[in-house]
Amino acid sequence: MLNVRGLTKKYGDTEVLRGLDLTVRRGECFGLLGPNGAGKTTTLRLLLGLIEPDSGSIELAGFSVPKHAREARMKVGVVPQMDNLDPDFSVRENLFAYGRYFGMKKSAIAARVPHLLEFAGLTNKADAQITQLSGGMKRRLTLARALVHDPDILFLDEPTTGLDPQARHLIWQGLRHLIADGKTIVLTTHFMDEAERLTDRLAILDHGCLVAEGAPRALIESHIEPVVVEVFGEGLADWTRHHAASLCQRFETVGETLFCYLDNADTVIDALKLAPTLRYLHRPSSLEDVFLKLTGRDLRD
Amino acid sequence: MIKLLRLPQLSWRFIPVWHRNYLVWKKLAIPAILGNLADPMLYMLGLGYGLGSLLPDVGGMPYLTFLAAGTVAYSTMNAATFEVLYSSFSRMHVQRTWDAIMNAPLTLDDVMLGELTWAVSKSLLSGLAILAVIWGLGLYGSFWMTLWIIPVVALVGFCFGGMGLVMNAVSPSYDFFLYYFTLVITPMVLLCGVFFPVSQLPLPVQAVSAWLPLTHAIDLARPLVVGIVPDNIALHVAALLVYGSLGYVIALALTRRRLLK
Repeated sequence: MLNVRGLTKKYGDTEVLRGLDLTVRRGECFGLLGPNGAGKTTTLRLLLGLIEPDSGSIELAGFSVPKHAREARMKVGVVPQMDNLDPDFSVRENLFAYGRYFGMKKSAIAARVPHLLEFAGLTNKADAQITQLSGGMKRRLTLARALVHDPDILFLDEPTTGLDPQARHLIWQGLRHLIADGKTIVLTTHFMDEAERLTDRLAILDHGCLVAEGAPRALIESHIEPVVVEVFGEGLADWTRHHAASLCQRFETVGETLFCYLDNADTVIDALKLAPTLRYLHRPSSLEDVFLKLTGRDLRD
Repeated sequence: MIKLLRLPQLSWRFIPVWHRNYLVWKKLAIPAILGNLADPMLYMLGLGYGLGSLLPDVGGMPYLTFLAAGTVAYSTMNAATFEVLYSSFSRMHVQRTWDAIMNAPLTLDDVMLGELTWAVSKSLLSGLAILAVIWGLGLYGSFWMTLWIIPVVALVGFCFGGMGLVMNAVSPSYDFFLYYFTLVITPMVLLCGVFFPVSQLPLPVQAVSAWLPLTHAIDLARPLVVGIVPDNIALHVAALLVYGSLGYVIALALTRRRLLK
């Protein structure tokens, strides 16, 4: 469905992408993860043919991009990072206007609108103005708008950023429906739980190249120990100096927290019970641990 | 910049963009029409009658006729300019409507052609309203000749729409447009023969005026109102086409750099 080989893009002297390879299969939900500035949004813009790569090839929905970007975009629905619903139109009119951009006839759009409104949970808001919608409603409408031409593949750029938990769950539910319907989905996100929940496979992008690729569970298993104990509290520095190296396979101190990565946490927890001023959190390792291990803990702005 | 400057790739996909703007305009058509048209009409009638009663013939015709012919071009220019400056800027920069449209199979070329044709439509409306007043007050020489004013108005809309899109491409905010009005539009109104004949200006200023697009617009419109065939039609049409097309092509390159970098 999507095949990217050796994609590079430079802005001035900054190499945003340095030889990116990606393959997304039909019907797959693929996650693109990476810190801010890793090149996620640039990648999506290149895939859509909005900007031209310096080198490399893109094949999207059977079309070579950017040469046949128009034809490719006919098959793609896009949910951008920033809401850009048309504030001059009502909810229903937004769907009609967007359908027209794809060259759809009024009757063809009209046939799809009730279904789209229902999918977005906006049937009784059909005539509301965009300014009257909550953030979650706007996102759902943006998602419905991306589906107006019944695309084969969906690009979602941080689809749940800025939403409250209820609104996020509604979006996830909608996306799971689409996956069940056989749509191919490419999504970028900062939320590891979102990636873990939704994606079949994901790639972690940093400094313009892939640093890891695979199914979420497989990535966790292959990149990191299965258990994490986070330790914090008074006397942490002393405890770390005396015990961490002998008890943990791998550890790191971040701010005032010690992260111990382990196959088995029993010995560490026994030792911690003897240090009453320390508190700890014992949990299975997650995608976030993999992400931080691979991309580092430096702040990206 | 050299790489960005290329011939626009035109396609029929601009029509939904035009249609979008039309539907939005239709929602508020009555106040929009009144707002757009009342102002030039008041100036034309107020100055035309008030000042006109004090003046002998100007440029060989009653002052009201002289002013009406200038106002056709002036009002068309304003309508196109306001549309591509303030309204297009809202859609491009504030509402990000262009970004949304370009995720569909439209290119920036299509979007900006849609904006330009919409600006032409709006300016046609403004020009036609003034023309209706000219007809109503019998300010014309030959009715049939005045029908040629309609394509002239469209051409003037195209010219100033294309030029205005350049400002739209480079403007960081609405405030920036004031420079364009102060430095380009207002001087043109005074130098191109809207209110008084260009021949009243000092010779060097007349030479400058001859290069300004509004002069070419008025040189076409005024004879047509009076009922004579304009001189140098090809020159004036070509000048308006060149200003408008160059504006569109440059605006396209600048906007591409702005939005699609």
